[in-house]
Amino acid sequence: MLKLVNVKTFYGNIQALKGIDLEVSEGEIITLIGSNGAGKTTTLMSISGITPPGSGEIYFMGQPIHHMSADKIVSLGISQVPEGRHIFPQLSVMENLHMGAFLRTDKNRIAEDIEYVFGLFPILTERRHQAGGTLSGGEQQMLAISRALMARPRLLLLDEPSLGLAPKVVHLIFSIIKKINSEQKTTIFLVEQNANLALQSAHRGYVMENGKIVLEDDADRLLSNEAVKKAYLGL
Amino acid sequence: MKKYLPLIILALLAVLPLTGLSTYMLHIMILVIMWSVIGMSWNLLGGYCGQVSFGHAAYFGVGAYTAGILYTKFDLSTWWGIPLCIIVVALFSVVLGYIVLRLRGPFFALATLASGEVMRITAENWVDFTGGTMGILIQKRTWVDKTWYFYIILLIAAVTFFLVKKLIESKLGYYFVAIREDQDAAESLGINTTLYKTVALCISGVMTGIAGAFYTSYMGYIDPHVAFALHDISIITIMIVMVGGVATFWGPFVGALIMVLLAEFIRSMPGLGTAYQTFFGILLIVIIIFLPNGIVGDYKKLKRLVGLGRATS
Repeated sequence: MLKLVNVKTFYGNIQALKGIDLEVSEGEIITLIGSNGAGKTTTLMSISGITPPGSGEIYFMGQPIHHMSADKIVSLGISQVPEGRHIFPQLSVMENLHMGAFLRTDKNRIAEDIEYVFGLFPILTERRHQAGGTLSGGEQQMLAISRALMARPRLLLLDEPSLGLAPKVVHLIFSIIKKINSEQKTTIFLVEQNANLALQSAHRGYVMENGKIVLEDDADRLLSNEAVKKAYLGL
Repeated sequence: MKKYLPLIILALLAVLPLTGLSTYMLHIMILVIMWSVIGMSWNLLGGYCGQVSFGHAAYFGVGAYTAGILYTKFDLSTWWGIPLCIIVVALFSVVLGYIVLRLRGPFFALATLASGEVMRITAENWVDFTGGTMGILIQKRTWVDKTWYFYIILLIAAVTFFLVKKLIESKLGYYFVAIREDQDAAESLGINTTLYKTVALCISGVMTGIAGAFYTSYMGYIDPHVAFALHDISIITIMIVMVGGVATFWGPFVGALIMVLLAEFIRSMPGLGTAYQTFFGILLIVIIIFLPNGIVGDYKKLKRLVGLGRATS
Protein backbone atom coordinates (compact mmCIF):
# COMPACT_ATOMS: atom_id res chain seq x y z
CA MET A 1 0.00 0.00 0.00
CA LEU A 2 2.79 2.39 0.99
CA LYS A 3 6.33 1.97 -0.25
CA LEU A 4 9.40 4.05 0.40
CA VAL A 5 12.40 3.52 -1.84
CA ASN A 6 15.76 4.99 -0.84
CA VAL A 7 14.18 8.13 0.64
CA LYS A 8 16.63 10.84 1.65
CA THR A 9 15.42 13.97 3.40
CA PHE A 10 17.41 17.03 4.31
CA TYR A 11 16.97 19.99 6.64
CA GLY A 12 19.20 22.50 4.92
CA ASN A 13 22.59 20.83 4.85
CA ILE A 14 21.74 18.27 7.48
CA GLN A 15 20.71 14.89 6.16
CA ALA A 16 18.04 13.45 8.43
CA LEU A 17 17.16 10.39 6.35
CA LYS A 18 20.00 8.49 4.75
CA GLY A 19 18.05 6.28 2.41
CA ILE A 20 14.96 4.70 3.89
CA ASP A 21 13.26 1.65 2.39
CA LEU A 22 10.10 0.39 3.93
CA GLU A 23 6.76 -1.05 3.01
CA VAL A 24 3.32 -1.04 4.59
CA SER A 25 0.62 -3.47 3.48
CA GLU A 26 -3.09 -2.82 3.64
CA GLY A 27 -4.70 -3.51 7.02
CA GLU A 28 -1.45 -3.64 8.95
CA ILE A 29 -0.29 -1.81 12.02
CA ILE A 30 3.33 -0.96 11.38
CA THR A 31 5.52 0.67 13.95
CA LEU A 32 8.71 2.58 13.53
CA ILE A 33 10.78 2.70 16.70
CA GLY A 34 14.09 4.31 17.50
CA SER A 35 15.74 6.79 19.82
CA ASN A 36 15.54 10.57 19.74
CA GLY A 37 16.81 12.08 16.53
CA ALA A 38 16.84 8.78 14.64
CA GLY A 39 14.59 10.29 11.96
CA LYS A 40 11.23 8.77 12.84
CA THR A 41 9.25 11.99 12.65
CA THR A 42 11.12 13.05 9.52
CA THR A 43 10.06 9.78 7.89
CA LEU A 44 6.41 10.60 8.64
CA MET A 45 6.81 14.20 7.48
CA SER A 46 8.36 12.94 4.24
CA ILE A 47 5.41 10.64 3.62
CA SER A 48 2.81 13.31 4.37
CA GLY A 49 4.64 15.84 2.20
CA ILE A 50 5.16 18.46 4.89
CA THR A 51 8.93 17.97 4.59
CA PRO A 52 9.24 16.59 1.05
CA PRO A 53 12.13 14.17 0.46
CA GLY A 54 15.26 15.43 -1.29
CA SER A 55 15.56 12.22 -3.29
CA GLY A 56 14.06 8.76 -3.43
CA GLU A 57 10.53 7.63 -4.18
CA ILE A 58 7.37 7.19 -2.16
CA TYR A 59 4.44 5.26 -3.58
CA PHE A 60 0.93 5.10 -2.20
CA MET A 61 -1.40 2.54 -3.83
CA GLY A 62 1.16 2.35 -6.62
CA GLN A 63 1.05 6.07 -7.26
CA PRO A 64 4.18 8.19 -6.76
CA ILE A 65 3.50 10.84 -4.11
CA HIS A 66 6.96 12.22 -3.36
CA HIS A 67 6.41 15.27 -5.55
CA MET A 68 2.88 16.01 -4.32
CA SER A 69 1.91 18.82 -1.99
CA ALA A 70 0.72 17.96 1.51
CA ASP A 71 -2.94 18.72 0.79
CA LYS A 72 -2.93 16.53 -2.33
CA ILE A 73 -1.50 13.64 -0.35
CA VAL A 74 -4.26 13.95 2.24
CA SER A 75 -6.83 13.81 -0.52
CA LEU A 76 -5.44 10.41 -1.56
CA GLY A 77 -6.30 9.03 1.89
CA ILE A 78 -3.28 9.60 4.12
CA SER A 79 -4.01 11.41 7.37
CA GLN A 80 -1.41 12.41 9.88
CA VAL A 81 -1.69 12.94 13.61
CA PRO A 82 1.30 15.19 14.15
CA GLU A 83 3.61 14.94 17.15
CA GLY A 84 2.52 17.22 19.97
CA ARG A 85 -1.07 16.93 18.72
CA HIS A 86 -1.35 20.29 16.95
CA ILE A 87 -5.03 20.78 17.56
CA PHE A 88 -6.54 24.22 16.91
CA PRO A 89 -6.61 25.72 20.42
CA GLN A 90 -9.25 28.39 19.86
CA LEU A 91 -11.64 26.28 17.82
CA SER A 92 -14.13 24.09 19.65
CA VAL A 93 -13.94 20.30 19.64
CA MET A 94 -16.72 20.19 17.03
CA GLU A 95 -14.98 22.77 14.86
CA ASN A 96 -11.73 20.84 15.09
CA LEU A 97 -13.54 17.73 13.92
CA HIS A 98 -15.21 19.54 11.05
CA MET A 99 -11.82 20.85 10.03
CA GLY A 100 -10.68 17.24 9.80
CA ALA A 101 -13.45 16.61 7.28
CA PHE A 102 -12.15 19.46 5.13
CA LEU A 103 -11.68 17.38 1.99
CA ARG A 104 -14.79 15.25 2.36
CA THR A 105 -17.37 15.48 -0.36
CA ASP A 106 -19.96 13.21 1.26
CA LYS A 107 -21.13 15.94 3.64
CA ASN A 108 -24.16 13.98 4.81
CA ARG A 109 -21.99 11.28 6.33
CA ILE A 110 -19.84 13.61 8.40
CA ALA A 111 -22.33 13.66 11.28
CA GLU A 112 -22.24 9.86 11.30
CA ASP A 113 -18.47 9.87 11.61
CA ILE A 114 -18.57 12.44 14.37
CA GLU A 115 -20.85 10.04 16.26
CA TYR A 116 -18.36 7.25 15.59
CA VAL A 117 -15.39 9.14 17.05
CA PHE A 118 -17.53 10.25 20.00
CA GLY A 119 -18.22 6.56 20.50
CA LEU A 120 -14.49 5.85 20.55
CA PHE A 121 -13.77 8.70 22.94
CA PRO A 122 -16.94 9.43 24.95
CA ILE A 123 -15.18 12.17 26.94
CA LEU A 124 -15.09 14.30 23.77
CA THR A 125 -18.88 14.30 23.68
CA GLU A 126 -18.92 16.20 26.96
CA ARG A 127 -16.28 18.58 25.67
CA ARG A 128 -17.84 19.15 22.25
CA HIS A 129 -18.36 22.91 22.65
CA GLN A 130 -15.18 23.54 24.62
CA ALA A 131 -12.18 25.22 22.97
CA GLY A 132 -9.53 22.68 22.01
CA GLY A 133 -6.86 24.48 24.02
CA THR A 134 -8.73 23.96 27.29
CA LEU A 135 -8.63 20.17 26.98
CA SER A 136 -6.18 18.04 28.95
CA GLY A 137 -3.21 16.49 27.16
CA GLY A 138 -4.90 13.12 26.84
CA GLU A 139 -8.12 14.64 25.56
CA GLN A 140 -6.16 16.69 23.03
CA GLN A 141 -4.50 13.52 21.76
CA MET A 142 -7.93 11.89 21.48
CA LEU A 143 -9.15 14.93 19.57
CA ALA A 144 -6.13 14.86 17.28
CA ILE A 145 -6.74 11.20 16.43
CA SER A 146 -10.47 11.82 15.98
CA ARG A 147 -9.79 14.80 13.75
CA ALA A 148 -7.51 12.72 11.54
CA LEU A 149 -10.17 9.98 11.36
CA MET A 150 -12.73 12.52 10.12
CA ALA A 151 -10.95 12.48 6.77
CA ARG A 152 -11.73 8.73 6.54
CA PRO A 153 -8.13 7.88 5.83
CA ARG A 154 -6.98 4.59 4.36
CA LEU A 155 -3.63 5.13 6.02
CA LEU A 156 -3.30 6.83 9.39
CA LEU A 157 0.09 8.18 10.37
CA LEU A 158 0.51 8.52 14.12
CA ASP A 159 3.45 10.39 15.57
CA GLU A 160 4.22 9.66 19.23
CA PRO A 161 0.64 9.34 20.47
CA SER A 162 1.95 8.49 23.96
CA LEU A 163 3.98 11.67 24.30
CA GLY A 164 3.56 13.28 27.71
CA LEU A 165 0.49 11.26 28.68
CA ALA A 166 -0.32 9.33 31.84
CA PRO A 167 0.21 5.54 31.50
CA LYS A 168 -3.52 4.89 31.90
CA VAL A 169 -4.38 7.27 29.06
CA VAL A 170 -1.62 5.79 26.92
CA HIS A 171 -3.15 2.33 27.29
CA LEU A 172 -6.59 3.66 26.40
CA ILE A 173 -5.24 5.37 23.29
CA PHE A 174 -3.40 2.27 22.14
CA SER A 175 -6.46 0.09 22.61
CA ILE A 176 -8.43 2.55 20.50
CA ILE A 177 -5.74 2.49 17.82
CA LYS A 178 -6.09 -1.29 17.62
CA LYS A 179 -9.86 -0.92 17.54
CA ILE A 180 -9.70 1.54 14.63
CA ASN A 181 -7.47 -0.88 12.77
CA SER A 182 -9.78 -3.85 13.28
CA GLU A 183 -13.14 -2.06 12.91
CA GLN A 184 -12.42 0.46 10.18
CA LYS A 185 -9.71 -1.58 8.42
CA THR A 186 -7.57 1.53 8.56
CA THR A 187 -3.91 0.83 7.97
CA ILE A 188 -1.81 2.38 10.71
CA PHE A 189 1.74 3.60 10.63
CA LEU A 190 2.86 4.30 14.17
CA VAL A 191 5.97 6.15 15.22
CA GLU A 192 6.70 5.64 18.89
CA GLN A 193 9.39 5.98 21.51
CA ASN A 194 7.57 3.64 23.84
CA ALA A 195 8.91 0.66 21.93
CA ASN A 196 7.45 -1.96 24.22
CA LEU A 197 3.89 -0.75 23.85
CA ALA A 198 4.27 -0.05 20.15
CA LEU A 199 5.57 -3.52 19.38
CA GLN A 200 2.80 -5.10 21.45
CA SER A 201 0.19 -3.32 19.36
CA ALA A 202 1.79 -3.67 15.93
CA HIS A 203 2.01 -6.48 13.43
CA ARG A 204 5.41 -5.57 12.11
CA GLY A 205 8.11 -3.14 13.13
CA TYR A 206 11.09 -1.24 11.80
CA VAL A 207 13.97 -0.07 13.96
CA MET A 208 15.68 3.13 13.03
CA GLU A 209 19.08 4.51 13.96
CA ASN A 210 20.80 7.64 12.67
CA GLY A 211 18.55 8.09 9.66
CA LYS A 212 18.68 4.45 8.57
CA ILE A 213 16.54 1.37 9.01
CA VAL A 214 18.69 -1.14 10.89
CA LEU A 215 16.18 -3.88 11.59
CA GLU A 216 12.87 -5.08 10.24
CA ASP A 217 10.78 -7.97 11.51
CA ASP A 218 7.46 -9.16 12.90
CA ALA A 219 6.61 -7.22 16.04
CA ASP A 220 6.70 -10.20 18.42
CA ARG A 221 10.05 -11.30 17.07
CA LEU A 222 11.43 -7.79 17.57
CA LEU A 223 10.13 -7.92 21.13
CA SER A 224 12.30 -10.96 21.83
CA ASN A 225 15.28 -9.75 19.80
CA GLU A 226 18.26 -9.37 22.11
CA ALA A 227 19.59 -6.18 20.50
CA VAL A 228 16.18 -4.52 20.57
CA LYS A 229 15.61 -5.61 24.15
CA LYS A 230 18.88 -4.07 25.20
CA ALA A 231 18.64 -0.83 23.29
CA TYR A 232 14.94 0.00 23.42
CA LEU A 233 13.09 -2.11 25.91
CA GLY A 234 15.42 -1.58 28.84
CA LEU A 235 15.56 -5.28 29.62
CA MET B 1 -30.36 43.92 19.19
CA LYS B 2 -26.80 42.76 18.66
CA LYS B 3 -27.71 41.54 15.22
CA TYR B 4 -28.82 45.00 14.17
CA LEU B 5 -25.92 46.86 15.78
CA PRO B 6 -23.97 47.25 12.51
CA LEU B 7 -27.05 48.67 10.79
CA ILE B 8 -27.78 51.03 13.68
CA ILE B 9 -24.22 52.34 13.67
CA LEU B 10 -24.32 52.66 9.91
CA ALA B 11 -27.54 54.66 10.15
CA LEU B 12 -26.09 56.89 12.88
CA LEU B 13 -23.02 57.56 10.78
CA ALA B 14 -25.16 58.21 7.73
CA VAL B 15 -27.05 61.05 9.43
CA LEU B 16 -23.84 62.54 10.84
CA PRO B 17 -23.28 65.05 7.98
CA LEU B 18 -26.87 66.26 8.41
CA THR B 19 -26.18 67.42 11.95
CA GLY B 20 -24.27 70.46 10.78
CA LEU B 21 -20.86 69.10 11.60
CA SER B 22 -17.99 71.48 10.86
CA THR B 23 -15.91 70.76 7.77
CA TYR B 24 -12.99 69.93 10.02
CA MET B 25 -14.97 67.38 12.05
CA LEU B 26 -16.29 65.84 8.86
CA HIS B 27 -12.73 65.51 7.60
CA ILE B 28 -11.77 63.74 10.83
CA MET B 29 -14.70 61.35 10.45
CA ILE B 30 -13.71 60.61 6.85
CA LEU B 31 -10.22 59.73 8.08
CA VAL B 32 -11.63 57.57 10.86
CA ILE B 33 -13.76 55.61 8.42
CA MET B 34 -10.96 55.30 5.87
CA TRP B 35 -8.65 53.94 8.55
CA SER B 36 -11.36 51.52 9.67
CA VAL B 37 -11.42 50.13 6.13
CA ILE B 38 -7.65 49.64 6.15
CA GLY B 39 -7.81 48.19 9.67
CA MET B 40 -10.58 45.75 8.73
CA SER B 41 -8.62 44.64 5.67
CA TRP B 42 -5.47 44.12 7.69
CA ASN B 43 -7.49 42.30 10.34
CA LEU B 44 -8.70 39.75 7.79
CA LEU B 45 -5.13 38.77 6.93
CA GLY B 46 -3.36 39.51 10.21
CA GLY B 47 -6.06 38.94 12.79
CA TYR B 48 -7.98 35.99 11.37
CA CYS B 49 -5.48 34.31 9.08
CA GLY B 50 -2.55 35.08 11.38
CA GLN B 51 -0.28 36.53 8.70
CA VAL B 52 1.00 39.71 10.34
CA SER B 53 1.82 42.15 7.57
CA PHE B 54 4.12 45.09 8.19
CA GLY B 55 3.71 46.30 4.66
CA HIS B 56 0.10 47.18 4.03
CA ALA B 57 1.31 50.50 2.67
CA ALA B 58 2.25 48.55 -0.45
CA TYR B 59 -1.42 47.81 -1.21
CA PHE B 60 -2.60 51.23 -0.10
CA GLY B 61 0.02 52.85 -2.33
CA VAL B 62 -0.67 50.69 -5.36
CA GLY B 63 -4.38 51.58 -5.02
CA ALA B 64 -3.57 55.26 -4.60
CA TYR B 65 -1.21 55.29 -7.56
CA THR B 66 -3.67 53.37 -9.74
CA ALA B 67 -6.08 56.26 -9.29
CA GLY B 68 -3.35 58.87 -9.65
CA ILE B 69 -1.82 57.43 -12.80
CA LEU B 70 -5.23 57.08 -14.42
CA TYR B 71 -5.53 60.82 -13.96
CA THR B 72 -2.03 61.85 -15.11
CA LYS B 73 -1.52 59.36 -17.93
CA PHE B 74 -5.00 58.61 -19.19
CA ASP B 75 -6.78 61.79 -18.27
CA LEU B 76 -9.53 59.87 -16.49
CA SER B 77 -11.25 60.73 -13.24
CA THR B 78 -9.46 59.36 -10.18
CA TRP B 79 -12.72 57.69 -9.19
CA TRP B 80 -12.12 55.09 -11.89
CA GLY B 81 -9.23 54.05 -9.71
CA ILE B 82 -11.62 52.38 -7.28
CA PRO B 83 -12.99 49.73 -9.68
CA LEU B 84 -9.71 49.44 -11.57
CA CYS B 85 -7.59 48.92 -8.48
CA ILE B 86 -9.61 45.78 -7.69
CA ILE B 87 -7.91 44.17 -10.69
CA VAL B 88 -4.54 45.88 -10.30
CA VAL B 89 -4.15 45.22 -6.58
CA ALA B 90 -5.48 41.66 -6.89
CA LEU B 91 -2.80 40.88 -9.48
CA PHE B 92 -0.21 42.67 -7.39
CA SER B 93 -1.26 40.67 -4.29
CA VAL B 94 -1.03 37.36 -6.10
CA VAL B 95 2.48 38.14 -7.37
CA LEU B 96 3.66 39.49 -4.02
CA GLY B 97 1.89 36.69 -2.15
CA TYR B 98 3.67 34.11 -4.27
CA ILE B 99 6.93 35.48 -2.88
CA VAL B 100 6.14 36.45 0.71
CA LEU B 101 3.60 33.77 1.66
CA ARG B 102 6.25 31.07 1.52
CA LEU B 103 7.64 32.62 4.66
CA ARG B 104 6.24 32.26 8.13
CA GLY B 105 5.94 34.37 11.26
CA PRO B 106 8.67 36.96 11.72
CA PHE B 107 10.13 36.21 8.29
CA PHE B 108 6.81 36.94 6.65
CA ALA B 109 6.52 40.16 8.66
CA LEU B 110 9.98 41.29 7.57
CA ALA B 111 9.36 40.38 3.94
CA THR B 112 6.13 42.39 3.88
CA LEU B 113 7.92 45.29 5.54
CA ALA B 114 10.53 45.13 2.81
CA SER B 115 7.89 44.90 0.09
CA GLY B 116 6.33 48.17 1.24
CA GLU B 117 9.72 49.86 1.14
CA VAL B 118 10.54 48.38 -2.26
CA MET B 119 7.32 49.86 -3.60
CA ARG B 120 8.12 53.26 -2.11
CA ILE B 121 11.61 53.31 -3.62
CA THR B 122 10.23 52.13 -6.96
CA ALA B 123 7.65 54.91 -6.96
CA GLU B 124 10.36 57.45 -6.11
CA ASN B 125 12.61 56.40 -8.94
CA TRP B 126 10.23 55.49 -11.74
CA VAL B 127 9.77 59.18 -12.43
CA ASP B 128 8.29 58.83 -15.93
CA PHE B 129 5.44 56.73 -14.68
CA THR B 130 4.79 57.90 -11.13
CA GLY B 131 6.11 61.43 -11.13
CA GLY B 132 8.75 60.44 -8.58
CA THR B 133 9.05 62.47 -5.39
CA MET B 134 7.14 65.32 -7.04
CA GLY B 135 4.10 63.18 -6.50
CA ILE B 136 0.79 63.44 -8.30
CA LEU B 137 -1.38 66.48 -7.85
CA ILE B 138 -5.02 66.21 -8.83
CA GLN B 139 -5.72 69.73 -10.02
CA LYS B 140 -9.46 69.62 -9.99
CA ARG B 141 -11.16 68.01 -7.03
CA THR B 142 -14.60 66.53 -7.66
CA TRP B 143 -16.35 68.37 -4.85
CA VAL B 144 -15.40 71.22 -2.57
CA ASP B 145 -17.88 70.09 0.04
CA LYS B 146 -16.87 66.97 1.98
CA THR B 147 -20.32 65.40 2.35
CA TRP B 148 -20.09 63.20 -0.73
CA TYR B 149 -16.63 62.00 0.15
CA PHE B 150 -18.02 61.03 3.52
CA TYR B 151 -20.82 58.97 1.99
CA ILE B 152 -18.51 57.28 -0.50
CA ILE B 153 -16.05 56.15 2.17
CA LEU B 154 -18.94 55.14 4.41
CA LEU B 155 -20.27 52.95 1.60
CA ILE B 156 -16.81 51.40 1.11
CA ALA B 157 -16.55 50.78 4.85
CA ALA B 158 -20.02 49.21 5.02
CA VAL B 159 -19.20 46.88 2.13
CA THR B 160 -15.87 45.99 3.74
CA PHE B 161 -17.49 45.35 7.11
CA PHE B 162 -20.17 43.03 5.75
CA LEU B 163 -17.73 41.30 3.41
CA VAL B 164 -15.30 40.54 6.25
CA LYS B 165 -18.17 39.43 8.48
CA LYS B 166 -19.61 37.12 5.81
CA LEU B 167 -16.18 35.67 5.04
CA ILE B 168 -15.28 35.06 8.66
CA GLU B 169 -18.61 33.43 9.41
CA SER B 170 -18.31 31.22 6.34
CA LYS B 171 -16.21 28.08 5.99
CA LEU B 172 -13.42 30.19 4.56
CA GLY B 173 -13.20 32.03 7.88
CA TYR B 174 -12.66 28.76 9.71
CA TYR B 175 -9.89 27.82 7.31
CA PHE B 176 -8.24 31.18 7.93
CA VAL B 177 -8.44 30.68 11.70
CA ALA B 178 -7.14 27.12 11.37
CA ILE B 179 -4.11 28.41 9.47
CA ARG B 180 -3.55 31.03 12.16
CA GLU B 181 -3.84 28.50 14.98
CA ASP B 182 -1.61 25.84 13.50
CA GLN B 183 -0.47 25.92 9.93
CA ASP B 184 1.14 22.48 9.99
CA ALA B 185 -1.99 20.89 11.38
CA ALA B 186 -4.12 22.67 8.78
CA GLU B 187 -1.84 21.37 6.07
CA SER B 188 -1.89 17.86 7.48
CA LEU B 189 -5.70 17.92 7.19
CA GLY B 190 -5.51 18.70 3.52
CA ILE B 191 -6.08 22.45 3.64
CA ASN B 192 -4.09 24.06 0.85
CA THR B 193 -2.65 26.72 3.12
CA THR B 194 -0.85 28.59 0.36
CA LEU B 195 -4.09 28.97 -1.58
CA TYR B 196 -6.12 30.22 1.38
CA LYS B 197 -3.39 32.55 2.54
CA THR B 198 -3.26 33.99 -0.97
CA VAL B 199 -7.04 34.45 -0.94
CA ALA B 200 -6.82 36.29 2.40
CA LEU B 201 -3.96 38.45 1.17
CA CYS B 202 -5.77 39.23 -2.07
CA ILE B 203 -9.00 40.35 -0.40
CA SER B 204 -7.12 42.24 2.27
CA GLY B 205 -4.89 43.91 -0.31
CA VAL B 206 -7.74 44.88 -2.62
CA MET B 207 -9.77 46.49 0.18
CA THR B 208 -6.71 48.40 1.34
CA GLY B 209 -6.08 49.43 -2.27
CA ILE B 210 -9.62 50.76 -2.58
CA ALA B 211 -8.98 52.90 0.50
CA GLY B 212 -5.83 54.11 -1.24
CA ALA B 213 -7.68 54.98 -4.44
CA PHE B 214 -10.24 56.86 -2.36
CA TYR B 215 -7.42 58.71 -0.63
CA THR B 216 -6.10 60.01 -3.96
CA SER B 217 -9.53 61.28 -4.95
CA TYR B 218 -10.15 62.81 -1.56
CA MET B 219 -6.81 64.41 -0.70
CA GLY B 220 -5.94 65.34 -4.28
CA TYR B 221 -2.24 64.74 -3.75
CA ILE B 222 -0.03 61.69 -3.31
CA ASP B 223 3.69 61.13 -3.31
CA PRO B 224 5.75 58.02 -2.49
CA HIS B 225 6.33 59.13 1.10
CA VAL B 226 2.62 59.58 1.70
CA ALA B 227 1.22 56.59 -0.17
CA PHE B 228 3.89 54.03 0.72
CA ALA B 229 4.66 55.38 4.21
CA LEU B 230 6.16 52.81 6.54
CA HIS B 231 5.14 54.24 9.90
CA ASP B 232 2.29 56.48 8.82
CA ILE B 233 0.48 53.64 7.07
CA SER B 234 1.93 50.16 7.62
CA ILE B 235 2.65 50.58 11.32
CA ILE B 236 -0.37 52.74 12.12
CA THR B 237 -2.59 50.10 10.51
CA ILE B 238 -1.25 47.49 12.90
CA MET B 239 -1.63 49.88 15.84
CA ILE B 240 -5.25 50.58 14.97
CA VAL B 241 -6.08 46.89 15.00
CA MET B 242 -4.02 46.21 18.12
CA VAL B 243 -5.66 49.06 20.03
CA GLY B 244 -9.15 48.20 18.84
CA GLY B 245 -8.87 44.45 19.06
CA VAL B 246 -7.27 41.84 16.83
CA ALA B 247 -9.72 39.41 15.21
CA THR B 248 -12.82 41.35 16.28
CA PHE B 249 -15.37 42.91 13.91
CA TRP B 250 -15.49 46.27 15.69
CA GLY B 251 -11.85 46.48 16.71
CA PRO B 252 -10.62 48.31 13.60
CA PHE B 253 -13.38 50.91 13.86
CA VAL B 254 -12.80 51.57 17.56
CA GLY B 255 -9.05 51.59 16.96
CA ALA B 256 -9.32 54.03 14.07
CA LEU B 257 -11.58 56.31 16.08
CA ILE B 258 -9.15 56.43 18.98
CA MET B 259 -5.99 56.71 16.92
CA VAL B 260 -7.23 59.42 14.57
CA LEU B 261 -8.73 61.51 17.37
CA LEU B 262 -5.65 61.02 19.52
CA ALA B 263 -3.33 62.01 16.68
CA GLU B 264 -5.34 65.17 16.03
CA PHE B 265 -5.50 65.98 19.73
CA ILE B 266 -1.78 65.51 20.40
CA ARG B 267 -0.76 67.34 17.24
CA SER B 268 -2.77 70.35 18.33
CA MET B 269 -0.96 70.58 21.66
CA PRO B 270 1.68 73.30 21.54
CA GLY B 271 5.18 72.03 22.14
CA LEU B 272 4.12 68.38 22.22
CA GLY B 273 2.61 68.03 18.77
CA THR B 274 5.65 66.72 16.98
CA ALA B 275 6.09 63.98 19.57
CA TYR B 276 2.76 62.32 18.75
CA GLN B 277 4.47 59.12 17.70
CA THR B 278 6.04 58.87 21.15
CA PHE B 279 2.56 58.93 22.63
CA PHE B 280 1.46 56.24 20.17
CA GLY B 281 4.36 54.10 21.30
CA ILE B 282 3.46 54.52 24.96
CA LEU B 283 -0.20 53.77 24.22
CA LEU B 284 0.76 50.60 22.36
CA ILE B 285 2.90 49.38 25.26
CA VAL B 286 0.07 50.04 27.72
CA ILE B 287 -2.42 48.24 25.49
CA ILE B 288 -0.17 45.21 25.00
CA ILE B 289 0.41 44.89 28.75
CA PHE B 290 -3.10 45.51 30.04
CA LEU B 291 -5.42 44.75 27.12
CA PRO B 292 -3.56 42.31 24.86
CA ASN B 293 -6.78 41.62 22.97
CA GLY B 294 -7.48 45.31 22.40
CA ILE B 295 -10.34 47.44 23.62
CA VAL B 296 -13.06 45.39 21.92
CA GLY B 297 -11.41 42.02 22.59
CA ASP B 298 -10.85 42.80 26.27
CA TYR B 299 -14.00 44.86 26.75
CA LYS B 300 -15.08 42.90 29.83
CA LYS B 301 -11.66 43.25 31.40
CA LEU B 302 -11.65 46.96 30.59
CA LYS B 303 -15.04 47.39 32.23
CA ARG B 304 -13.79 45.61 35.32
CA LEU B 305 -10.64 47.76 35.44
CA VAL B 306 -12.68 50.96 35.16
CA GLY B 307 -15.13 49.62 37.72
CA LEU B 308 -12.33 48.89 40.16
CA GLY B 309 -10.96 52.38 39.63
CA ARG B 310 -14.30 53.80 40.69
CA ALA B 311 -14.63 51.55 43.72
CA THR B 312 -11.29 52.57 45.16
CA SER B 313 -11.56 56.30 44.52
